[in-house]
Amino acid sequence: MSAQFRAQLEEAIIPTVIALLIAIICGDLLIISYGQAPGPVYRMLLEGTWGNWYGFGQVLYKATTLAFTGMAIAVGLRAGLFNIGAESQIAAGGLAAAMVGIWLPAATPGIIAILVCIIAAGVMGGGVAAIPAVLKTKFGAHEVIVTIMLNFIVLAFINWLITAHLHQPESVHTATIHAGFLPRLQEFFPAFHGAAANLSILVAILVAIALWYFLFKSRSGYELRAAGLQPEAAEYSGISVHNVWMKAMILSGAIAGIGGINFVLGYEHYYEDGFATGAGFLGIAVALVGRNNPFGVLVAALLFATLSQGGLAIHAFVPKQIADVLQAIVIIAISAAVPEVRRLLLASRKRVTA
Amino acid sequence: MTSPSVTPAIRMTGIEKSYGPVHANSGASLEVMPGEIHALVGENGAGKSTLMKILGGLQAPDSGKMEVNGRDVTGWTTPDAIKAGIGIVHQHFMLVPTLTVAENIVLGMEPTKSGLFDGDAANAAVEKLGRDTGLIIAPKRKVADLSVGEAQRVEILKVLFRGAKILILDEPTAVLSPPEVKELWAVMRRMRDNGGTIVLITHRLDEVMDLTDVITVMRAGKTVGKLVTRNTTPAEIAKEMVGREVVLSARDKMKSGVSAPVKTAARASAGLELRNVVVTDPLRGRVVDNVSFMVAPGEILGIAGVEGNGQTELIEAIAGLRKLVSGTISIDGKDVSYFDVAHRREVGLTHIPEDRHRRGLVLDYSVANNLVLGVQNRFSSGGVLNERKIGDYSAKQVAAYDIRPPISAAYARGFSGGNQQKIVLAREMGHGFTVLLASQPTRGVDVGAIEFIHAQLLAARGEGKAILLVSAELNEVMALSDRIAVMYRGQFAAVVDAATATTEQLGEYMIGAKKESVA
Ligand SMILES: Nc1ncnc2c1ncn2[C@@H]1O[C@H](COP(=O)(O)OP(=O)(O)OP(=O)(O)O)[C@@H](O)[C@H]1O
Ligand SMILES: [Mg+2]
Repeated sequence: MSAQFRAQLEEAIIPTVIALLIAIICGDLLIISYGQAPGPVYRMLLEGTWGNWYGFGQVLYKATTLAFTGMAIAVGLRAGLFNIGAESQIAAGGLAAAMVGIWLPAATPGIIAILVCIIAAGVMGGGVAAIPAVLKTKFGAHEVIVTIMLNFIVLAFINWLITAHLHQPESVHTATIHAGFLPRLQEFFPAFHGAAANLSILVAILVAIALWYFLFKSRSGYELRAAGLQPEAAEYSGISVHNVWMKAMILSGAIAGIGGINFVLGYEHYYEDGFATGAGFLGIAVALVGRNNPFGVLVAALLFATLSQGGLAIHAFVPKQIADVLQAIVIIAISAAVPEVRRLLLASRKRVTA
Repeated sequence: MTSPSVTPAIRMTGIEKSYGPVHANSGASLEVMPGEIHALVGENGAGKSTLMKILGGLQAPDSGKMEVNGRDVTGWTTPDAIKAGIGIVHQHFMLVPTLTVAENIVLGMEPTKSGLFDGDAANAAVEKLGRDTGLIIAPKRKVADLSVGEAQRVEILKVLFRGAKILILDEPTAVLSPPEVKELWAVMRRMRDNGGTIVLITHRLDEVMDLTDVITVMRAGKTVGKLVTRNTTPAEIAKEMVGREVVLSARDKMKSGVSAPVKTAARASAGLELRNVVVTDPLRGRVVDNVSFMVAPGEILGIAGVEGNGQTELIEAIAGLRKLVSGTISIDGKDVSYFDVAHRREVGLTHIPEDRHRRGLVLDYSVANNLVLGVQNRFSSGGVLNERKIGDYSAKQVAAYDIRPPISAAYARGFSGGNQQKIVLAREMGHGFTVLLASQPTRGVDVGAIEFIHAQLLAARGEGKAILLVSAELNEVMALSDRIAVMYRGQFAAVVDAATATTEQLGEYMIGAKKESVA
């Protein structure tokens, strides 16, 4: 049992480490090609992220958004579904949280207002995801295509709503919410002054714990994973695979939707178009690196947030796109490393016991 | 034939292969001469499939040496092996389900016309191959729609198409019916006479005796004996396999040991009853064509027939996995025609599926998790799995069904074919039921386990369960059933009393040479 656990851990961590090493080597070459020495650039990158409280707070903020979209995609993948729609689901969730926060009177008790906003965000995200869920289970439409197309439709619709009706003069954001504020971390730890990190991160951690428990301890999670691993075996056993897909897609959308609170309730306190651009797509990489495990996703979100924030820190020396390239290399290296590393691990372990 | 001056076609010595703590091969060896049909036998989990996967380059050995036709090929890869003329029919199929039969067979050496894949030529080639070998299969069907027996034919045709000189067959006959087996034997003998080399893995000792020249016996990962077929007996082979004397007459005894079948006419209630059931397939029309029958409590109704005559579709329709076009199905007098799978299970249906890898197991779930698949709600409360209860139950079933290695937490994927089958059986027979659909229940299990499973089936019969048994192996159907139905082209060609049925008589019904109007 413990050997198995160790094997799982090795399998989870070693490919990531190797992928990081590969990314660093490629990064070296890139940095050198810009006439800079890699050492100082990496030092800048680390100092700008984990080396000071502000940078770290920004990393935590970005990681929170990615954690939500990453978990959303992970739960879909566990059920055998590829939700490419997190990009629009998080936007819809954020808008719902903002609208409810504006509609609620300022006197609403904080905790209630927050909960209501979170629920609204989740319902909205889940509602958007229900469209591909229904199209897939009732008409056999492939969820990848539907979610991609829906991204365009939903984002354009929200954009129209904002620009035509909801925006504040001279801006592309809504009015400020009256209730549902999630305090920033700086209110508890002044060192974080100015950083966007807020209590949404706590919500993300709670969601991760709940999701882990759901996936690995509950009966529904057992059925969901069975349907994802082997739909025909699940069907044979009496699990309604369509039912599972329906629920998993909606759950996925809801988690992505709740991710909208990070910006809306925790940071700017209004909805602004494009507040989470790219988070839905980067969430795919986060889920992949996190091996579709909620806690793995949290770690992966930190990693990608670090690279993204680090790009800003090294901007003075090299183009910040270098960090984007690093992210891309990590993704490619991990996709390549996972099966390969497993093979090597198995081979080496055998040699030990043989 | 085995003169020392001839170079062996296959020579493997001192092969070691471990998966974590499990030593799949430890000191395995195999020497096969060209022009020889060589049997490789051993209990479930003895390491036979592993050894052949190593030979085929699918797995690398931890240590040991292997030679093919005198050339050192230790640790080669699958393409190397194919190039060297080695063709392996694996125990679990390795076909591409979304491609057609013909596309699968020609995969890797596709016929082309002006640079493009020539589908017509592929179909024609497969049809010709089918005529030459007697293993007939429609080339345009999707592999995903095939029954296990049909998929088995495709696997065999695939290696024959590639013109393999060294043919490895890992339990090819476990799901083939007697007429097909006969065709296969003819193909193999022809190959041998033309200088081909064949390794046959099987649990059927009668096949070993009839067909092979030399026998290698494995036990617990090790090669423990090499016998010359004409100088040995099944009892001696079995003794080598198990490591002690075994009584082999079990199957003969079983039949006489069974209490005389209770006359079905005397029983009013039906455990399972089908009335005018029709199931269709988009490509093949009425695959189950107006079938009616009943299985009484305490009765085993056996279904014999060549694979692909509607047995799979019939069983899937009863299990709720296929829609009925018309007709009714009832369990214990209750019409379940419109019940879904879960609901049918609730009213007492249990089902050993023919294909453990596709349906029967979630391969990446642990044994424990697989043992509660379909009954997970009995092992949870308030929506939360009761892991303690699952663990206890799993430990109990692993011991009762002698699942090896006895590790509940290990993934099903890592188990040998026979042990995977035992996991399915332990689950489907481990919970209360009134009707059992048993499709190829002993597929791939060794002699000892077959005996055990047969005893379980008979015990269930004794407890008044209604059992519908489908098996490619006629002996099994004849030994266990009270009545035998022969299925041919979607219909019951005959229903006969098992006590008086003969192999010849059933065989005629199976190939459609004879038909009896069924009342
Ligand atoms: N991929 C794997 N991971 C872990 N263990 C494995 C794996 N493959 C085989 N084993 C183990 O190696 C042993 C030998 O398995 P193998 O499949 O070679 O047996 P076999 O002789 O073919 O048995 P059977 O007659 O049941 O098919 C078994 O104990 C099995 O559990
Ligand atoms: Mg095997």
